Amino acid sequence: MTLSPPLATGEVKKVATRAAYGEALLALGGLRDDVVVFDADLSGSTKTKAFGQAYPDRFFNFGVAEANMMGTAAGLASLGQQVVFASSFAMFATGKAWEQLRQCVCVPNLNVKVCATHAGLTVGEDGKSHQMLEDITLMRAIPNMKVIVPADAIEARAAVLAAVDIPGPVYIRLSRASTRVILGDDYRFELGRGNVLREGTDLAICACGVEVAEALDAAELLFAKGIDARVINLSTIDPMDEELVATAARECGAILTVEEHQIRGGLGDAVAQAVVKHCPVPMDMVGMDGEFGQSGPPSDLLTHYGLDANGIAARAQKLLQRKG
Amino acid sequence: MTLSSERMQELQAIAQQVRVDIVSMVHAAKCGHPGGPLGMADFMTVLFMEHLNLNAENLNDLGRDRFVLGNGHTCAGYYALLAAKNLIPHEELLTFRKLGSRLQGHPHRTPEMGIDFSTGSLGTGLSAAAGMALGARLNGTTAHVYCTSSDGDSQEGQIWEAATSAAHFELSNLTVIVDFNNIQIDGKMRDIMNVRDLRAKYDAFGWNAIDVDGHDMVALDQVFSETRNASKPTAIIAHTIIGKGVGFMEDKSSWHGVAPDDDQLAVALAGLGAPG
Repeated sequence: MTLSPPLATGEVKKVATRAAYGEALLALGGLRDDVVVFDADLSGSTKTKAFGQAYPDRFFNFGVAEANMMGTAAGLASLGQQVVFASSFAMFATGKAWEQLRQCVCVPNLNVKVCATHAGLTVGEDGKSHQMLEDITLMRAIPNMKVIVPADAIEARAAVLAAVDIPGPVYIRLSRASTRVILGDDYRFELGRGNVLREGTDLAICACGVEVAEALDAAELLFAKGIDARVINLSTIDPMDEELVATAARECGAILTVEEHQIRGGLGDAVAQAVVKHCPVPMDMVGMDGEFGQSGPPSDLLTHYGLDANGIAARAQKLLQRKG
Repeated sequence: MTLSSERMQELQAIAQQVRVDIVSMVHAAKCGHPGGPLGMADFMTVLFMEHLNLNAENLNDLGRDRFVLGNGHTCAGYYALLAAKNLIPHEELLTFRKLGSRLQGHPHRTPEMGIDFSTGSLGTGLSAAAGMALGARLNGTTAHVYCTSSDGDSQEGQIWEAATSAAHFELSNLTVIVDFNNIQIDGKMRDIMNVRDLRAKYDAFGWNAIDVDGHDMVALDQVFSETRNASKPTAIIAHTIIGKGVGFMEDKSSWHGVAPDDDQLAVALAGLGAPG
């Protein structure tokens, strides 16, 4: 059993994972002179701007041209001297530049870290053109790409600091909205390692990103109804922590996945592959089920699409009816 | 310094051998792209043998030149030149496109044999080359980065994103050689999608842009010498004839991606003055 990391205590703090990324980058700039940052005219929003101001010789703005930015990042990384962090919104970083990420970054397995912000529904009011809900699918489909979806600002910072030493391509999915800090300050990120945040044996709720906090709240709602749910933070989608998932399947007998993303190809699919392979049990997947989002405040959107604690708890109860 | 007539003859012989290798490799693989690399053989020979600072001894030097084959499908000629520079054994050429070969159907980054980047999808090469040029500057080396492109490749939007940024970042250590043969898979380039005057386009994008006869080795040598000291990135628009040197392939879009059969190989080799 993986030990639970200490959770945040005391006053509730809300911080966007993109803000944590910006701070981590700035810190890395001072620690490592081989860190170079690329952006595509969104440095204020992706939070790479602070790095750019502190280290202007190692910051390059490509304007609104994401495909060229990723291709150039690959060419620079091919010399083997720099680690390139390339940022844009998730929609454009993985949508417009998917082919460059496949052909130029992942085929030659180069040291480019794609840190994409404004992922998912919680972009909010900008609506469906900017609510990237397919990026996990697109990224985990490519060999060599590691896919990380931090649960909160603490994990985002830890993942960014870890990524600089992870060889080859890494994708880190970050959010625009400020979300609750759930992990303790001394949380340690390890690629490919999920964490049990709450013990329980009636079912296991596997979540990533902003949905981890919602899953923890859902577990509280379920507990009030006499249901003891295990909550697992699966922040690394690829490589998947198959052992942790298999253990959860064996011990809990039912798995619910939760993601702010399409269920086709996302966390749900990745977990299902592990469950099917090691210990088939009843499963359900909470996420976007083949539709686009719409404009609205982030919390309203999560509620509307059943991605808040209440929605998750309801789906968990339904799933338990299928448990033998 | 201009090429001596002696050296000129040597380069012509190398280009001829490259052409022999191209048709032999594509014939052996029973598939591949002979037309493009035959047309590029003259400028590629001048570049690889006279200007590209890449050899078996300096492979691991950070400061050596870099090369990106932006039109990756023309790799038969690239591989032949790697053999001419003793970066791969000549006999390996006939493994081209076979299972397990290092000589993939489109180039795969293999630093130990001097292949600096993976290409094959058009439009992507120039960005990667620009990244290498940016890296050379960050690393404080005098490396020059050469990238091939083509008239068809210039139909990709990413080429013009890369052209914009290379000029913006003042990458004077970057040279693109555009193989302009007016042929693409579906027919004549000007009928399919006319890219028009690429010299004028690159010039408008802030590059040092030059038109040159892609089969005039003396002129090519001169142009390559000048670009090394340019104050801007350089685009060499090399006007070529697809299939050059193999009469029945010249200026024919049908020879973009078809292998010669046994009889056609014999005719091609005889035309190139090589034993069949």
